[in-house]
Amino acid sequence: MAFINGLKCRECGREYPAEPLNVCEFCFGPLEVVYDYATISEVVSHDSIEKGPLSIWRYKDLLPANGDDPVDIMAGFTPLIKARGLGKQLGLNNLYIKNDSVNPSFSFKDRVVSVAATKALEFGYTTIACASTGNLACSVAAHCARAGVRAIVFIPSDLERGKIVGAAIYNPILVSVDGTYDQVNRLCSELADDYPWAFVNINMRPYYAEGSKTLGYEVAEQLGWRLPDHVVVPSASGAMFTKIWKGFNELACLGLLDGVEGSSFGIDQNTVHHPAVTTKMHMQQAEGCSPIAYAWANNQSQVMAVRPNSLAKSLAIGNPADGIYAIKVIDKSQGSAYAVPESEIVNGIKLLAETEGIFTETAGGVTVSGLKHLAESGAIKPDDLTVVYVTGNGLKTIEAVEEVVNPLSIKPSIRSFEEMFHGAK
Amino acid sequence: MGKQRVKFTFEETLVKQPVIYELGQKFKIVTNIRRAEVGEEVGWVILELEGGDPEIQKGLEWVSSTGVRVDPLGGDVIAG
Repeated sequence: MAFINGLKCRECGREYPAEPLNVCEFCFGPLEVVYDYATISEVVSHDSIEKGPLSIWRYKDLLPANGDDPVDIMAGFTPLIKARGLGKQLGLNNLYIKNDSVNPSFSFKDRVVSVAATKALEFGYTTIACASTGNLACSVAAHCARAGVRAIVFIPSDLERGKIVGAAIYNPILVSVDGTYDQVNRLCSELADDYPWAFVNINMRPYYAEGSKTLGYEVAEQLGWRLPDHVVVPSASGAMFTKIWKGFNELACLGLLDGVEGSSFGIDQNTVHHPAVTTKMHMQQAEGCSPIAYAWANNQSQVMAVRPNSLAKSLAIGNPADGIYAIKVIDKSQGSAYAVPESEIVNGIKLLAETEGIFTETAGGVTVSGLKHLAESGAIKPDDLTVVYVTGNGLKTIEAVEEVVNPLSIKPSIRSFEEMFHGAK
Repeated sequence: MGKQRVKFTFEETLVKQPVIYELGQKFKIVTNIRRAEVGEEVGWVILELEGGDPEIQKGLEWVSSTGVRVDPLGGDVIAG
């Protein structure tokens, strides 16, 4: 069973039952899950977690859906790798990569969709939907195939075919919308109101977003139940960024970090900051779509929406739902936000591949380039324990790095090979 | 009759214009403001519109034509 009491508005604090809702009926503020932490603290322990499956569902007591029979394609528990090559290159002696590109549908979206799909089935939905240009579509379609329910995936009509093959293979209903980015956005929001479907990031959003907390839990567990000094995280809507922070603070408050005494969550669970959580949260966005980084850098009290124009399509959310909350996390953690120049994205992909043997998509290029900036600027010191989150697989965006294919061309003879090979050396 | 929840964002040059008043006057739409913030450089309003679907559509197109940005309530829903 899920240990939740209901939902609560992040703006006005009004409470609601745990239903498929995402906005407060009074002020239209976003809703978040309210947990029964008193009960959770009695049942959760290192032992209970370590006995669980090697997926996000090992943290089932901390998730808002019933983890006894989840929709699970084994998302999560991805490798945390000591990055010796990349660390050497950047002058960081204590650098780790959380490689979430090896999830079953090759992105971190499997974490959030697994929770949303499980919750959707609990609510009795038989159709799960999303609007996506890539990773989310793949994950929704894959989880629906696993659960045996209908998937409906909305895509912009100008989306490259290659981008959607990874979703189409699971046989969802694909709906290609002939309209602008804004029109597709608006249509899907209206459909979510009109149809009895579970839209993972609309009416399921309060539950869906909680899946990203597991990115925080896993890093802590894999580091021996301690937290890093810094995390470097890519950001689109800002939700994942805020949930990693929330995950760290939940572990601290529940007394699950080594040497840390638990404490009360207080009235506002979602903004709680345990003093033992000293991790600095560093957000990376691509310059072509960096509304949160811009607002933070300019000390703005609100995040102005932008029209995305970036190579990093999986980060291209111009109107980020959690932007303002992400800025609060940056400030509380004494972290930072950075808009990575578009010209640096491919360099970041190549740097990670050449130093660590990990092929990431454009979002990962943003993150690694952002990490490089943090190291060069001195924001991260050489011995600081640092974790960089790589959240998607490079095979999703091969067109971005096609320039790397430059084979040595030879005739089928030893002589031709040696001439070319020794010449190339 | 339908309802739609939206966010209007006004840049500095538009903050003083009575766009929401005119929306109600020009179209058969009832506007119901739920939350807002107006700063020196920018302002936003979250509101519910009630009216016929075609009327709301035309009204939102008109609002966009004034330069005010119109977004769905919960931020962008197209995810990567």
